[in-house]
Amino acid sequence: MSRTAATSLLALTALVVTACSSAGGSTGADAGPPKPGGTLRLGISSSPDCVDPQQVGTNASLNVGRQLVDSLTDQDPATGEIKPWLAEKWESNADSTAFTFHLRDGATFSDGSPVDATAVKTSFDAIKALGPKSQLGSGYLAVYKGTTVVDPKTVKIEFSVPSAQFLQASSTMSLGVLAPAAYKKTADQRCQGDGLIGSGPFVFESLKQNQEIVLTKRKGYNWGSSLFKHQGEAYLDKIAYKIVPEPGVRTGSLASAQLDAITDVQPVDEPQFTGNGFTEPTRPNPGVVFNLHANVTKGVLTDEKVRQAVVKGINRPEVTNTVLTPNYKPATSILGSATPFYTDLSPLLAYDPAGATALLESAGWLPGPDGIRTKNGQRLTAKVVFSLVFNQNKSVLELVQQQLRKIGFDLRIEQRTTAESVQITQSGNYEYLWYNTTRADPDILRNLFSTKANNRSKLSAGNPVDAPLDAQSSTVDPAKRKPAAEEAQRAIIEHGYSAPVFELTQVLAHGPNAHGVGFEASSRLQLFDAWVSGS
Amino acid sequence: MTRYLLRRILQAVFVLWAAFTVSFVILYLLPGDAVSAKLGGGEAGLSVTPEQLAAAKAEYGLDDPLPLQYGKRLLAALHGDFGRSIATGDDATNMVVSALPPTLAVTGFALVLAILFGGGIAFAGTLTRHRWLGNLLLALPPLGISLPPFWVGLLLVQFFSFQLRLLPALGSNGFESLMLPAITLAIPTGAIIGQVLAKSLRTQLAEPYAEIALAKGASRSRVHFGHLLRNAAVPTLTIAGVVAGNLIAGSVITETVFSRDGLGRVTSSAVTAQDIPVVQAVIVLAALVFVVINLLVDLVYPVLDPRIRHRETADA
Repeated sequence: MSRTAATSLLALTALVVTACSSAGGSTGADAGPPKPGGTLRLGISSSPDCVDPQQVGTNASLNVGRQLVDSLTDQDPATGEIKPWLAEKWESNADSTAFTFHLRDGATFSDGSPVDATAVKTSFDAIKALGPKSQLGSGYLAVYKGTTVVDPKTVKIEFSVPSAQFLQASSTMSLGVLAPAAYKKTADQRCQGDGLIGSGPFVFESLKQNQEIVLTKRKGYNWGSSLFKHQGEAYLDKIAYKIVPEPGVRTGSLASAQLDAITDVQPVDEPQFTGNGFTEPTRPNPGVVFNLHANVTKGVLTDEKVRQAVVKGINRPEVTNTVLTPNYKPATSILGSATPFYTDLSPLLAYDPAGATALLESAGWLPGPDGIRTKNGQRLTAKVVFSLVFNQNKSVLELVQQQLRKIGFDLRIEQRTTAESVQITQSGNYEYLWYNTTRADPDILRNLFSTKANNRSKLSAGNPVDAPLDAQSSTVDPAKRKPAAEEAQRAIIEHGYSAPVFELTQVLAHGPNAHGVGFEASSRLQLFDAWVSGS
Repeated sequence: MTRYLLRRILQAVFVLWAAFTVSFVILYLLPGDAVSAKLGGGEAGLSVTPEQLAAAKAEYGLDDPLPLQYGKRLLAALHGDFGRSIATGDDATNMVVSALPPTLAVTGFALVLAILFGGGIAFAGTLTRHRWLGNLLLALPPLGISLPPFWVGLLLVQFFSFQLRLLPALGSNGFESLMLPAITLAIPTGAIIGQVLAKSLRTQLAEPYAEIALAKGASRSRVHFGHLLRNAAVPTLTIAGVVAGNLIAGSVITETVFSRDGLGRVTSSAVTAQDIPVVQAVIVLAALVFVVINLLVDLVYPVLDPRIRHRETADA
């Protein structure tokens, strides 16, 4: 049964049942100052197949892994700036091919060994050696040359080509540091928590697939990120991640106090937790927004005016207001608004059916008998491939399909499994791809659009995005990165290489007893400052 | 009898082999594969290059020619080794075996409830002298079969857990957490048992031997329990395999709704991830359960019904 059907069934059931009973409202007692102790029971939507943050790429896994490891740096969610964590300070060379980190004193792994330069080198070399098994790290370290131990407190990490993105990558859990002893176990063993020894504020305790993951507080932790709201040990004694796949059961369990907090609140369930003692923290994902990524070598998408018309023919506010909720923002660039160096390009992304029609007319696409335009016998149609990584993908695309029909464009939507869409993406045999990507650095655009990287648009040399993408990659200086990143974002939309639609948003909900459940810069959970009251 | 047993065991081996082979072929015919699903996981295969993907497939032996992969897997499976799960890295046999106890707890309890309810309804419905009551009771099984377990589960959780807060909505801890999933699972299963048993009881009730017993002055309940049950039980026993299948299939739904661990959850996530080693381990185990139950049922028939015993000896 589809998620939507199941959710509406439950909603209906809830209506019937609440009609015959009057549930007592929850009281929002004054929280007071943070109190250490207690367990946070957190309902999550899927079982993380693997809990090693260096290997996995799904939110379910990263939300666990983030609590287990410290990173060299941390990223300020508010400003995108990189701040000290395990490294007190750092410097990079002129072309961003070498980064030197100066480690702080006193940090240790949970097996007692010190977090020193050798440990950092061992960890980075091991991530590189994981290859594609390190789903995110392999991208961050694609041009990794090696790490040099300068002295016990200093490491120099080098790349074969400029890699300004590495500074932000060094703040992610994917490049979090594990103890040398961790690599005595196999990658598969670490996945199951065996030998997963980090220096983070929480320690792995147990993993029961499809059931529960338990982390316990690291005693004596005193080397938190400079961005944490308090120093010393975490507040919570334990975090119990309960795997609750059914969205309606997740919300019901929170409402009936069987859980303290939940992730992945579905758009249809959001109103349940507003203004009744519950809190709904939200944060848009940084990185590339959900978008129709055009392959400019296929079918009607070879015509730039067609691609531009599609960009203008999508009514983004209608998507977020009807299929989604106001917590989701209409796209205002190819990058999400929470991404560093994001540029607001909303004038380019305004709904403009007249402009779209004019473009198509000028390119010779004339209305056919069924309302879809044609030119020399060719129909104005393209196929978009998507998978259900986000539950509402299908409804969103069906709405976009209706919107584009009004300008005479026939968008055919085709759902595939994740595995299939990976293969289709790799083969390059697609017209539009529908996806989003989380990354709190504009370099993600280089990864997806540059002819030297994935080049999903299949651009050829001499295109207008390669140069600015290289430029933003060659320096960590914000004054130089910003204009380059802006030029790339503008070119991608002006040439219709992609039609951005909406920003994915993480929606949590927690009851009156949970506090400080928050997001880090990549919109994954940071639970160091979280605490529970009244237990 | 020995020849009969031998023949049945050979048949069972064939069924297991067929289950293994058919699942292998189907999983390979599907577009996509487990390695792509895993590596493409979170971020749509962003950083994976085709070379890396090929290397990862080689690591899991997915680049060997198909007949060789099949041969290797079959040989290992004969030793109980289905390989490592591609998604979790855990041993597939171990994953399936450790998922068995929570599933058995729910399905076992559900079976007890199903027999009590299904049998009860069939007896009461055929025993009562009030025609309207009988009709009402015997209308329940078709209703029970047509209720979607998914919806029943959500309804139960909503009422008993979220509203009344009597029973937990989540987890596999303790007897309390068994109640709701077992009831959910017992409804369609009990309905099948009730339906078949009621039908056979009615058929038997119309037989001359039942009429004679009644005419001799035996009470209705004595006729039911003393005379009819033994004959009516044979068709009901025949569907034991179906019932077992129902329970296993139903556990996919109840385990998802009630956030329990077990075979159902392992199956559904393995199928989604096209995790061949785990799917095959599950399928072979399920086939084994079917085969064993059907074999046991066949062996019990002659004990219940002497006519079958005599026919067997006549054949042999």
